Amino acid sequence: MIRAEHIVKSFDGRVVLDDISVEFETGKTNLIIGRSGSGKTVLLKSLVGLHEVDSGRVWYDQTDFTSLGFRDRKAIRKDIGMIFQGGALLDSSTVEENVRLPLDLFTNQSASEKRDRVNFCLQRVRLNNANGLYPAELSGGMIKRVAIARAIVLNPKYLFCDEPNSGLDPQTSVVIDNLIHEITQEYHITTIINTHDMNSVLEIGEKIVYIHEGRKWWEGSKENILQADNRELNDFVFASAMAKRARQAQ
Amino acid sequence: MLKIFEHIGRYFILMGKVFSRPEKGAIYRRRIIREMESLGLDSIGLTAIISVFIGAVITLQMCINLESPFIPRSLVGYATRETMILEFSSTVVALILAGKVGSNIASEIGTMRITEQIDALEIMGVNSASYLILPKIVAAVCFFPFLTILSILIGILGGWGISAATGIMIPDDYVEGLLTDFKPYSIVYSLIKTAVFAYIIASVSAYCGYYARGNSLEVGRASTRAVVSCSIVIMIFNLILTQILLI
Ligand SMILES: Nc1ncnc2c1ncn2[C@@H]1O[C@H](COP(=O)(O)OP(=O)(O)OP(=O)(O)O)[C@@H](O)[C@H]1O
Ligand SMILES: [Mg+2]
Repeated sequence: MIRAEHIVKSFDGRVVLDDISVEFETGKTNLIIGRSGSGKTVLLKSLVGLHEVDSGRVWYDQTDFTSLGFRDRKAIRKDIGMIFQGGALLDSSTVEENVRLPLDLFTNQSASEKRDRVNFCLQRVRLNNANGLYPAELSGGMIKRVAIARAIVLNPKYLFCDEPNSGLDPQTSVVIDNLIHEITQEYHITTIINTHDMNSVLEIGEKIVYIHEGRKWWEGSKENILQADNRELNDFVFASAMAKRARQAQ
Repeated sequence: MLKIFEHIGRYFILMGKVFSRPEKGAIYRRRIIREMESLGLDSIGLTAIISVFIGAVITLQMCINLESPFIPRSLVGYATRETMILEFSSTVVALILAGKVGSNIASEIGTMRITEQIDALEIMGVNSASYLILPKIVAAVCFFPFLTILSILIGILGGWGISAATGIMIPDDYVEGLLTDFKPYSIVYSLIKTAVFAYIIASVSAYCGYYARGNSLEVGRASTRAVVSCSIVIMIFNLILTQILLI
């Protein structure tokens, strides 16, 4: 479980997150949705401490993350996997080295144990025969998969995904969504996903938080998002023709 | 003016991060070797080409300008040697490397910053400053002195080559000059300067890249800023070190 309490974050006096309180549940895919520029990435980065919040608290289960120093945060970060908007693979390392890096840094496994673990994770994201390739040689979908493999290599308890399927075709998007969903249930992870893709929302949105201009406007699940009576949310949800048709069908 | 102090302050904070809480040693060893390859070995060609030409040009200039029956011809060899050791192979080579290596480091680290690779490292609990910058500093400080020695030797060779090739002076006179009044301390001085310049190039350009913000335009700006700042800082330290070491 990850809980944010009254988070405020501003850049140079401009408030980007305004008093956000929300709880993300374990073993579920929690979605943060909102328009481009609404503050999703900033919220995610504030949760993991890449941005220091101005005020408010972030709890990881029973631990108050915001009050921890570098050393204690490092202990929690070993349990965090994160998939960045652009993949953020290290350009100068191969796929295998990228996925192996956390193992190199934080475990004392032997070379063969590491190799097995890396191959297991790469197979888990259904990526074969790519071990020796560099990120520049991968397609967008492959980059996302490698990023997922790297994020789960240390068996994280918390998984953060910043728009895991942006820039992918609809089919690959569904594959990536389902992959994250499966992994979440399989390992009972607290997963938080940023997205503005309504497909993902209706597929895997077990808990959904709608952010608008830095505030939390609505929270619920895929079951009740189509019936919500929140004007901003409805504008967002029914922006696409497909969603409109889905509502008419109901 | 205030900006400069802000940069200096942030630079030292970054250096504090670079030298604290290093990750596992084995990982650093591998990265240092890689950096030596990309920062050092790849600069050998450039250093050699520039040194051989400068050595030749200095010799030619000396020959033309010291045409007097009262000055022994061997002075040309002596002057070439001293110029290479005292200034060219340390300071000028450092300026050239600031252009090549400095912009390379700044754009590499700047790109990692804007594509969130640095965030990804931080999230894994890695001290990204130390992991990325320390190997570069160590590689540069260890390797650049070899480039300086190489540059001295090749420069002197260039001078000898031009005198043999054009017959503007007798090569034996040149060699005689080379062997005149040689002070090993000059080499020490030159190597100390190079080590300091190497540190400046690696750390200042890493600083410029590490704090890049925004898009790819910013990366370009960061690498320009890196070359300019490195050059200025090198000139300042050249003055300070010469004052301390030679006087
Ligand atoms: N480091 C920063 N410094 C200053 N402002 C920032 C910074 N990061 C984000 N912002 C601002 O915060 C706001 C929210 O940005 P954010 O990246 O969270 O949007 P987003 O919801 O993730 O959008 P997208 O869907 O396009 O990724 C934007 O207006 C942006 O300009
Ligand atoms: Mg974003």
